[in-house]
Amino acid sequence: MRETTLTSSTSTLVHTTLPSTYQKETLGGRTEGGRSEGKGRIFSPVIGSTVLSRTVEPLEYYRRFLKENCRPDGRELGEFRTTTVNVGSIGTADGSSLVKLGNTTVICGIKAEFGAPPTDAPDKGYVVPNVDLSPLCSWRFRSGPPGEEAQVASQFIADVIENSQIIQKEDLCISSGKLAWVLYCDLICLNHDGNILDACTFALLAALKNVQLPEVTINEETALAEVNLKKKSYLNIRTHPVATSFAVFDDTLLIVDPTEEEEHLATGTLTVVMDEEGKLCCLHKPGTHFPSVSVLNM
Amino acid sequence: MAFLDFRGGSGRVQIVSKRRATCGRHSWSPRVGACVQRTHLVRKRALLGGSNKPRLHVGSGAMEGAMQTESKIRADSRTEPGPRGPGCSLRHFACEQNLLSRPDGSASFLQGDTSVLAGVYGPAEVKISKEIFNKATLEVILRPKTGLPGVAEKSRERLIRNTCEAVVLGALHPRTSITVVLQVVSDAGSLLACCLNAACMALVDAGVPMRALFCGVTCALDSDGTLMLDPTAKQEKPQRAEHCWEALRDDHHRGCPSGVEYCALEAPVGATWWDHEARAVLTFALDSVERKLLMSTTKGLYSDAELQQCLAAAQTASTHVFRFYRESLQRRYSKS
Repeated sequence: MRETTLTSSTSTLVHTTLPSTYQKETLGGRTEGGRSEGKGRIFSPVIGSTVLSRTVEPLEYYRRFLKENCRPDGRELGEFRTTTVNVGSIGTADGSSLVKLGNTTVICGIKAEFGAPPTDAPDKGYVVPNVDLSPLCSWRFRSGPPGEEAQVASQFIADVIENSQIIQKEDLCISSGKLAWVLYCDLICLNHDGNILDACTFALLAALKNVQLPEVTINEETALAEVNLKKKSYLNIRTHPVATSFAVFDDTLLIVDPTEEEEHLATGTLTVVMDEEGKLCCLHKPGTHFPSVSVLNM
Repeated sequence: MAFLDFRGGSGRVQIVSKRRATCGRHSWSPRVGACVQRTHLVRKRALLGGSNKPRLHVGSGAMEGAMQTESKIRADSRTEPGPRGPGCSLRHFACEQNLLSRPDGSASFLQGDTSVLAGVYGPAEVKISKEIFNKATLEVILRPKTGLPGVAEKSRERLIRNTCEAVVLGALHPRTSITVVLQVVSDAGSLLACCLNAACMALVDAGVPMRALFCGVTCALDSDGTLMLDPTAKQEKPQRAEHCWEALRDDHHRGCPSGVEYCALEAPVGATWWDHEARAVLTFALDSVERKLLMSTTKGLYSDAELQQCLAAAQTASTHVFRFYRESLQRRYSKS
């Protein structure tokens, strides 16, 4: 599990620390290169006299590393990548955050607008997430209407918001039946290097904690809403769901925080979202080749 | 010509090639509302305190009168009672195969009042852009009952597709496409599970080689921790009285902002908000060989122990579904 500290001041660079059971990774101006075999573990797998090529036989190449319980980028199987969070960097948005999980970068901007509450739930507002995977982040995506992966990610985020009850939708209501806040959450992926769901959940949570909504009063005579921009308050965040993704290799091996290459080579993926109390909000397992149930117990 | 090979011991089903029709009879199927050739209709009642004796229908013209007795299933269709007792049984389900003439395989699966129609085209020609050099490209299209398909449909399509990819032997048909089209006919709870079952039956009907069959099972957990298998729409509703039923309106996604997805399910008339409602709904896809977990998707909050409990219950329930598949297929291929 990761621990994160978020501060409310603008443009603060925050470090995350990993539990001591995993190898610690602190940011000190160190950037991870695209294919860095860092941390002193440069290991070229050799079979006989030929060197296994990463591009020719990627799966075999990976297997060699997995046998040694490590990965080509030097991480252990249970180790997360360096996580960076930067909140409040977008001035025009009501709340924003930028999350980097290794090379995977997701930026979340939240805009609050007025809207009419739904007729069947007149004292609730809306939270509308949208994940945008543009051609910028990966060669796999084309411009145009959102592709399947973007839609699945959007649906996943909507489910996480719904299931974990991050915010009470009643808090977003200004006047029952007439006016409510609508929070449009736009999650834009700038660099797709695997584990997009974790990064999006994280970015959303960070941005929601950063959102400041002005006070709104309904004028009795004119029945218009009056917005007091000087008086802003934060949202009441009830739980802090954390998503953790795993890639399943050869039906038995679970690796945490997969990169895009690992996701592609794996037989399946599994995403678990838990809140602080240890309750599971979401178990998203799109389908793999015969994993065993014991894998879930791990 | 064609034969269906059941390996009883390991439970593996290998479909070698599809049997062609020998019986040219047509029979009117009022439920489907179309002429149905060689249909095989198997109906089974699961126990929910119902007093009706289960009947199995063989639905071809000559056999109208035949009523076969059933089901050893009756005795043990009830799964382990949960902490609170009954309510752990599956609803009655029925399956009809080969009811559409154009797709290579088709099936209609009914669970209680939930009904899904599936059609499979394949292995067929594939677009060069989607072609995979060493295996078949699987595509799933899910159409809701009303409205345009939205983001939630896409999400479900991906779940179903990944499940099918895990069982279909795509390597036998490289550079081809296998398309599964699912149409929701009625939604009364456990929709995703019904879609999975219909997809499996349709793939079997089409003769697509598979390494195992799969089935979908839904569990609902209510606020007391009671487990309900195969919940109805009312039982699946989220706990909050204010939260309505789900739906999908992606065309209104921005225009009519909704944080709660809305679906095309009509609310049961006269439903009160105080009805038995679920705190969490879990859907699993299990394979037939070793009851391994192929896919899972969940809604709501639950603990780890509850997850294990639901999974165990789902595995027990899947035994019944697979038995139903086997009987259904045996009956179909043994007659004609």
